[in-house]
Amino acid sequence: MLVLTAAFVGLYWLGANQAFDTVDEAQPPREAILAGIDTRTLTGATLFGLSMFGTLFLGAVLAAFLTLGVVRGDAERGLLQPLVVRPVGRGVLLLGRFAAAAAVCAVYVLAVFGANLWITWSAGGWRPDRIAEPALQLAGAVCVIAALSLLGSVFLSSTANGIAVFMVFGAGLVAGLLGQIGEVLDSDTLTRVAEISSWVLPFEALYQDGLVAITADTTGFTEFALQLGPFGGAQAAGPFLWPWTLAYLALVGGGAYAAFARKDL
Amino acid sequence: MSAAFTARGLVKRYGAVTALDGVDLDVEEGELVGLLGPNGAGKSTLVKIGCGLVRATAGEAAVCGSRAGSAQARAAMGYLAELFRFPGWSSADEVLLLHQRLARSSGGPGERGELLELVGLADAHARRVEDMSKGMQQRLGIAQALVGSPRFLFLDEPTSALDPGGRRTVRRLLEELRSRGIAVLLNSHLLSEIELVCDRVAILSRGRIVAEGRPSELARPRGVEVDVDGGTRVFTGAGRADAPRLVADLVAAGEHVYGVRVLESTLEEIYLEAVGEDAG
Repeated sequence: MLVLTAAFVGLYWLGANQAFDTVDEAQPPREAILAGIDTRTLTGATLFGLSMFGTLFLGAVLAAFLTLGVVRGDAERGLLQPLVVRPVGRGVLLLGRFAAAAAVCAVYVLAVFGANLWITWSAGGWRPDRIAEPALQLAGAVCVIAALSLLGSVFLSSTANGIAVFMVFGAGLVAGLLGQIGEVLDSDTLTRVAEISSWVLPFEALYQDGLVAITADTTGFTEFALQLGPFGGAQAAGPFLWPWTLAYLALVGGGAYAAFARKDL
Repeated sequence: MSAAFTARGLVKRYGAVTALDGVDLDVEEGELVGLLGPNGAGKSTLVKIGCGLVRATAGEAAVCGSRAGSAQARAAMGYLAELFRFPGWSSADEVLLLHQRLARSSGGPGERGELLELVGLADAHARRVEDMSKGMQQRLGIAQALVGSPRFLFLDEPTSALDPGGRRTVRRLLEELRSRGIAVLLNSHLLSEIELVCDRVAILSRGRIVAEGRPSELARPRGVEVDVDGGTRVFTGAGRADAPRLVADLVAAGEHVYGVRVLESTLEEIYLEAVGEDAG
């Protein structure tokens, strides 16, 4: 995980410096100057948006890695039984494993987010319009993935659960892409499907809302140009996102506990 | 004496398979009971229901008066699973420390040291689990089961990975536990081990208890052997009560009697008779 992270941050550092150097050296297109597009903002926001996706992906890998075998996987290996028979009980054990995984993943995501923020700032002098909001949303997103993986671990073996978690993660991404396509094609159906999917899988809604936050104060043609790029996937989720995320975590956690409490080990 | 473990009408079905079919069993305080039976007889299922790892389909089980699986029952018992593993990166001392926390034991380093001493791992307290032999891990598992001073122990095949020396250590440990008043339900395939240490045995076959009692109670007379001048004479069907008469008859007949042995069925014979065709 450390090697993967170092490679990602290193490549982002290289890419960000190269991109800003190219923007600084090249004359902006005449159309962009006429339209009043701020090319540095466009470059910085695009790069940072992509880095957020990379950060979310690595956070998802870590969340899945830490939780994919919590119940069935550990029971099959004989790690779980000596712990479950202790007086603390299954609920506390499950909550402890979730809290530990969520804490590690959240700290990890915040650290990578912070590193990429510093790289973007030092390479091009650009920083997001909001910092805490998208950072916390990414942290929340990996907590949701950890909870889903924990739920899956009650029913599935470690390998099967790992595959399932990444299929769910992929489904969230596809929903985001559908929304992007729907925006371009002006298709209400696709946009609606993407919206519902992102609420069913709120890590995607948190990610999309985080993307909105990093260019929250950007206006005019620069904002329009951003919408044509990867930021087409950005969707403001509104004030119910965090309450829904907490309720979602409670529902997933409750489901995992109910299934675990009845499970023969 | 009150019961350390009771099972009443325990039934467990896995789909169409009936693992336990109305099991009744008592283990009294301080008693060491051996659980015998062929593979698939339901021994581990019975132990797991007692620990709260498996839910019974019907019937009741209790540990030290509390419903099996409840927090009170789990606080009163220790458990060594048949198949278990500890994190490879943790040391023996760390494994016990974790279990002290989970069991809310206030024993501290003193309890950990005593338990490691008891299972012969005092010198390996800092050794990582991944660097231990299977036998050492098994003994660490037994030490783990004793964390928190349980009143009742479920030991599922505790000597399966041990060499003869390790088995002797476990036998001594079981005798030590009995002297401390800790009750044990010992699930093992090793009949000789059960015969040596257990107060009582219960034989399980096809989910039912087919024989139960002290080994001496379950034993049946197989005859009397008498060493005389011409060799050994066997009186099949005779029992302990017949021995004085047999000796008197032989002496009266002019034979010199050098030795008399009352033959009883061994635990192995009792077991094979009880489980019948399932034994193979």
